[in-house]
Amino acid sequence: MRLSYPADIKIIQVPCTGRVDILHLLNAIEDGADGVYVAGCLEGECHYIKGNIKAKKKVEYVKKTLAEVGIEPERVQMFNLSSAQGARFAEIANEMVDKIKELGPTPIKKNHAA
Amino acid sequence: MIVADQKSLKEILAMVKDNKKILIVGCKGCVTVCNVGGLKEVEILASIMKIARKKQGNDIDIDIKVLERQCDNEYVAEISDIINDYEAVISLACGVGPQFLSEMYKEKIIYPGLNTTFFGGATEHGVWEERCAGCGSCAIHDFAGLCPIARCAKSLMNGPCGGSSDGVCEINKDTVCIWDTIVQKKIKAGQLEDLIGVKGLKNWRTARDGGPRRSIREELVQGNI
Repeated sequence: MRLSYPADIKIIQVPCTGRVDILHLLNAIEDGADGVYVAGCLEGECHYIKGNIKAKKKVEYVKKTLAEVGIEPERVQMFNLSSAQGARFAEIANEMVDKIKELGPTPIKKNHAA
Repeated sequence: MIVADQKSLKEILAMVKDNKKILIVGCKGCVTVCNVGGLKEVEILASIMKIARKKQGNDIDIDIKVLERQCDNEYVAEISDIINDYEAVISLACGVGPQFLSEMYKEKIIYPGLNTTFFGGATEHGVWEERCAGCGSCAIHDFAGLCPIARCAKSLMNGPCGGSSDGVCEINKDTVCIWDTIVQKKIKAGQLEDLIGVKGLKNWRTARDGGPRRSIREELVQGNI
């Protein structure tokens, strides 16, 4: 397909989104990421039954917690797509980058101790 | 186990607003089991506090440590080498933990990170319920194995009261009338008459009414066993 997606995104592969932990998401924000999203399989199609559902709940928890300390919860998102949806993958990457550009740089980064 | 809830982030952040370097101490006992004070929760709290403070432009240095228990001095002593590196400590333990820390490290500011709620257990994942009031003279065998002191809103020894309706307590639709449950269980077992006898007055001196309590096991004190 040779689809392009924004170079702003750094991909971290996990065997299943069920492996993604609350701390992975929080630590990314803590270390200055402008945003972080989880791209899981379509709901109901997890090879490990409900890894993506668990990831969704963790993402919700992180969004709620960040909102409590005044960080825009939209900086953390969950998307669902199948591995056959390459076009959707590129579309999501663009959506997320657009959203983050709209929000601006993280309020964490500028105060981050070197 | 002792059940606790984490204090709000707002409250915790307000406690340490003037501190720049703190230690968060978790506990591997009850609060790990009820998911508020174990390694995971300590790490999450540290991370979100750092995020909040970085956002304010007022970075905070946070280290973490999780003790086997905070209710035994031998474990509390494990942080004696490092505690002076910190301005303050947040204890993620039941109310016992911050006090053992305060008693051992007298000069140090110790903040409680949790609100201790009750003695209870998990009835389903994420739901804990009170089962024991720690009254010091257990009599659950007189009540079909269920405790009316901890579980009846009025701690009635002879119930149910008029506030019981369809097995539910009037205080809250989610609160079972434990006296209704006791009576139903006794009827089913054909032992309802066990409840007819007038119970003698309960000696509340063994409960909190008698002041702070102390339990001494002489044989252990003497080191015989």
